[in-house]
Amino acid sequence: MSEKAVANTAEAERRDTAMLPAVDVVEDAGGITLYADLPGVPKDKLALQVEGDTLTIEGEIALDLPEGMEASHAEIGLPRFRRQFTLSKELDTDKVSAEFRQGVLKLRIPKAEHAQPRRIEVKVA
Amino acid sequence: MFYLSPFSRDLFAELDRLQRDLQQGFEFGPSIRGRARGFPALNVGGTSRSVEIYAFAPGLDPASIDVQIEKGVLTIAGERKPDDIPEKATLHIDERFAGRFRRVVSLPDDIDASAIEAKYRDGVLHVSVRRKEEAQPRRIAVQ
Repeated sequence: MSEKAVANTAEAERRDTAMLPAVDVVEDAGGITLYADLPGVPKDKLALQVEGDTLTIEGEIALDLPEGMEASHAEIGLPRFRRQFTLSKELDTDKVSAEFRQGVLKLRIPKAEHAQPRRIEVKVA
Repeated sequence: MFYLSPFSRDLFAELDRLQRDLQQGFEFGPSIRGRARGFPALNVGGTSRSVEIYAFAPGLDPASIDVQIEKGVLTIAGERKPDDIPEKATLHIDERFAGRFRRVVSLPDDIDASAIEAKYRDGVLHVSVRRKEEAQPRRIAVQ
């Protein structure tokens, strides 16, 4: 590989690095609820994708920065969030619903009908 | 430690987080308020006319955020409620901050404490403090 190609790859990687958003995952009998903190991401810069058994959450931060601003302290150093999860088979990925409010994403993934819990009666023999 | 998430496949992001946490352990003079990376995360910047503070605090009611300035010190405080967890539910991952928070930023001397604007959008609190008129750069005409 030429030096330029190497530099380009490094550049692409830098552009591609993202922060991991903090999440909470709660499971109840009917499915899974995922909450993700994506502060600074407007609704139109949020991308959710389910491909096979992989769920990808991706968001780009857009802040209104005044012209000529110089950063003096930054704890959020990258403009992007990304995180992937592997979904288990009993989850019904066709019925995912999402809400996004003030930087918090709430995803609900229900369990497929056949995976819903049934109570099995124990008989005394 | 929350970076050891069994769900993540983004190895580079995990390594990045690990590296940051390690670095923090070696830092001199850790913050008296504990973790340098508290909640909310803060970015601070400035222009010749203003000082800009961005607090990444998603999911709050804007009315509940307490922003105060006293003697050149800006304080951002509030409370983030935990999720509604139904009965008999299992919490698999619990990384998001919940509870009371307070973060403090010392502002430069040339700010005008009466010209502060705070906006909350997309889960980010943006506080803009203007610098004093007399402190702003001026062009002086040569006679």
